Amino acid sequence: MAGLYRIVDHPLDPQEAIRAVSGPDRGAIALFIGTTRDHRDGRPVRYLEYQAYAAMAESVLGDIGREIASRFGTPHLAVLHRVGRLEVGEASVVIAVASAHRREALDACAYAIDRLKKTVPIWKKEHYADGGAWIEGSDAAPAV
Amino acid sequence: MTVSVLLFARYREAAGAAAIAVDVPPGATLADVWKQVRRNVQGLKDEERPLFSCDRVYAGPERSLTGNEEIAAFPPVSGG
Repeated sequence: MAGLYRIVDHPLDPQEAIRAVSGPDRGAIALFIGTTRDHRDGRPVRYLEYQAYAAMAESVLGDIGREIASRFGTPHLAVLHRVGRLEVGEASVVIAVASAHRREALDACAYAIDRLKKTVPIWKKEHYADGGAWIEGSDAAPAV
Repeated sequence: MTVSVLLFARYREAAGAAAIAVDVPPGATLADVWKQVRRNVQGLKDEERPLFSCDRVYAGPERSLTGNEEIAAFPPVSGG
């Protein structure tokens, strides 16, 4: 399978991403798991909420897959992103990249999460003891 | 023509709705549509520079519309 891109409302299974990119001609799989933090600037976070424009998010993830294929020479990318309410410490995103050799997989995996945070239409809301706030990425400036 | 604008995250909360419909003249741009949204929705009146998408692809405010596109407006993304 060339690429797996899913926005889901249930706990993420890293094995699903790994299975999607595995294959006998690949010598490396890089896996990134983003997890929810219990603080921001010293302020305790009770729980989090993610919202996505799912149809567009999956399409933009496909664009990132094409960028990775052309930059790093591997089409084997899987991205799972969770939406809805998440407790602290849960996985919000899982990214797996497989390639023939380790360097491409590691570099492509780092590239994928950086691009995701800048361009994929998903938003995070942090809930504190006294209310909540939507986080808005300062470096989110997608090329039009 | 009447166009519907999908809203997300803070914009959705501010509007109290997942989508807002507005009337604009034929050939209106995304900027024209957003101006109308800001006029109609008190909670969004100060949002001068949203990100826009047209048919699930990022688009600039100068994009003109036929009325058949899927349009969305949202704040800077923060997934991951």
